[in-house]
Amino acid sequence: MVENRPWLAFFTHVVLLIGIAVIALPIWITFVAATHDEIRMTQVPLPLLPGDQFWANLKATLFGRGLSGTETAPVWRMLFNSLVMAMAIALGKIAISLLSAFAIVYFRFPFRMGFFWMIFITLMLPVEVRILPTFEVVAQLGMLNSYAGLTIPLIASATATFMFRQVFLTIPDEMLESARIDGAGPMRFFFDILLPLSRTNIAALFVILFIYGWNQYLWPLLITTDQDMTTIVMSIKQMLEAAEQSPQWNIIMMTALLAMLPPVLVVIFMQKLFVKGLTETEK
Amino acid sequence: MAGIVLDKLKKSYGGTEVLHGVNAEIADGEFVVIVGPSGCGKSTLLRMIAGLESVTEGEIRIGERVVNGLEPAQRDIAMVFQNYALYPHMSVRQNMAYGLKIRGLPKEEIDRRVEEAADILEIRDYLERKPRQLSGGQRQRVAMGRAIVRKPQVFLFDEPLSNLDAKLRVQMRLEIRRLQKRLGVTAVYVTHDQVEAMTLGDRLMVLNGGRSEQFGTPIELYERPQTTFVAGFIGSPAMNFLPATAEGGEVVLENGARLPGGTGAGRVRLGLRPEHLLADDGGPIRLQAILAEQLGASTLVHGTLEGTDSALVAALPGTRAVTEGEVLGFSVAPAQMHLFDGEGRRIG
Repeated sequence: MVENRPWLAFFTHVVLLIGIAVIALPIWITFVAATHDEIRMTQVPLPLLPGDQFWANLKATLFGRGLSGTETAPVWRMLFNSLVMAMAIALGKIAISLLSAFAIVYFRFPFRMGFFWMIFITLMLPVEVRILPTFEVVAQLGMLNSYAGLTIPLIASATATFMFRQVFLTIPDEMLESARIDGAGPMRFFFDILLPLSRTNIAALFVILFIYGWNQYLWPLLITTDQDMTTIVMSIKQMLEAAEQSPQWNIIMMTALLAMLPPVLVVIFMQKLFVKGLTETEK
Repeated sequence: MAGIVLDKLKKSYGGTEVLHGVNAEIADGEFVVIVGPSGCGKSTLLRMIAGLESVTEGEIRIGERVVNGLEPAQRDIAMVFQNYALYPHMSVRQNMAYGLKIRGLPKEEIDRRVEEAADILEIRDYLERKPRQLSGGQRQRVAMGRAIVRKPQVFLFDEPLSNLDAKLRVQMRLEIRRLQKRLGVTAVYVTHDQVEAMTLGDRLMVLNGGRSEQFGTPIELYERPQTTFVAGFIGSPAMNFLPATAEGGEVVLENGARLPGGTGAGRVRLGLRPEHLLADDGGPIRLQAILAEQLGASTLVHGTLEGTDSALVAALPGTRAVTEGEVLGFSVAPAQMHLFDGEGRRIG
């Protein structure tokens, strides 16, 4: 569309710039706050330019005892916990969904469609809905305060199963037949043909699921009481409440920055595959 | 090397029977084409030989072995698919080597075979490319290469040329034929294209509605079609069929014209190939022209048998101008008249 309406161009740019400011300003404030010392952050006006305490704050946040007056785990430990949880959830979901989609698309067994619909119906039962029974089960199994308890209940995934089913359905039947004539058994076909062909879809799903896992708040809050098992996302909330004195904004904001970092990195590095996986249709 | 025997082969899906007992004996090294309209069961038949479809009833033997219960990989066959079914994420070399790798052949042997096949098919330069970087004809070659390296007892082709353009199709047709002769491997080839069938096959099986209508050499099928279906399917342009009556060594057409020749008595259908109608101004077959198709080497005159509504096509050699409504006379040699009874079976 070729248009030459300078006022429209001007106006749309203004709207876009406002939009960017609305999104970017809080992040900028977070960054600025993480570069000043504790005292400066409680004074008015709020600083809008970065200070010189960035490295000091980083060190204090990562390896210190957290906020003064509280007994929290060091932030590197929380980052590590979050990373384990997010990776386990993302990889676990992908592995299980790949296998269940493989079974549903390529094997004929009794109640095949029944199983498919059962998996599909669990879409209506996210963690928040089944939180009490799930907690009970996890507690009975002795999985409180463990990585298993943090991740396993979140791994079963109808969305991913459904998505892989659609991906597999676009792979022509001749591919399977050709592999059968070549003498490939089911698992060989799965690893040699299906996996490589779903590579971009797996990557796209990994991005989504990693962020989903990283952002888990309610579930870790419920099942971890041990400080060593806290995840970073839940700890930010606790930091705001925990301190009896005025909040230590420099530490809190640095923690928030660190919490934002891994999802951003995942998106940046997997962007190409991510877009391909969501848009590519040809197999 | 091995022949194939199909013994009263039947296939049903649920309650519907799609193949009603097909019999055939295919000799070692023979090239057999299964031809028929879409939905006649020809692909199903091929896939049953390949082991991709189960056999409902009857027996398939490759060599001396009954293969009904065997997996495709155990049948010692290779198949070329219509859409080639190359693995898109593997290079040409990996595509060709995959089956051999699974069989656990040593690496040197695999490389040797792949390169040998690549030489035969002249695809050596593309060995490291991915299928999507190749043209249709090259993919076709790779698909054949994948079949060759396995050194199977039987080649199966499922309409392998239907995705190529007309010129390439003719070229690949010759190449497939040459290759099969050179390797001496039994081949079964499925197509709906009768020209492809006629040119490729040592023998043709014409399949219609899940039944084998006739199984014979291309010339047999052309010269002595056993049913009206085979007669109409083989040969281009298609055979004319005219209702007629046979009596006392003559065939009487609807408009009363009498043609000498033919046996039997009573109502028959007379089959006449357009190319067998000889221009003869005083001839008994009068064609009222509607239009002419100029093909250069020949002219197809479309019209009706004079005084009736029965469509009639004649092929005249060379170019010839025809005006609408013009009446042309033709005669036909008695040996080139095909008579069929009410059920469409050949008489005499």
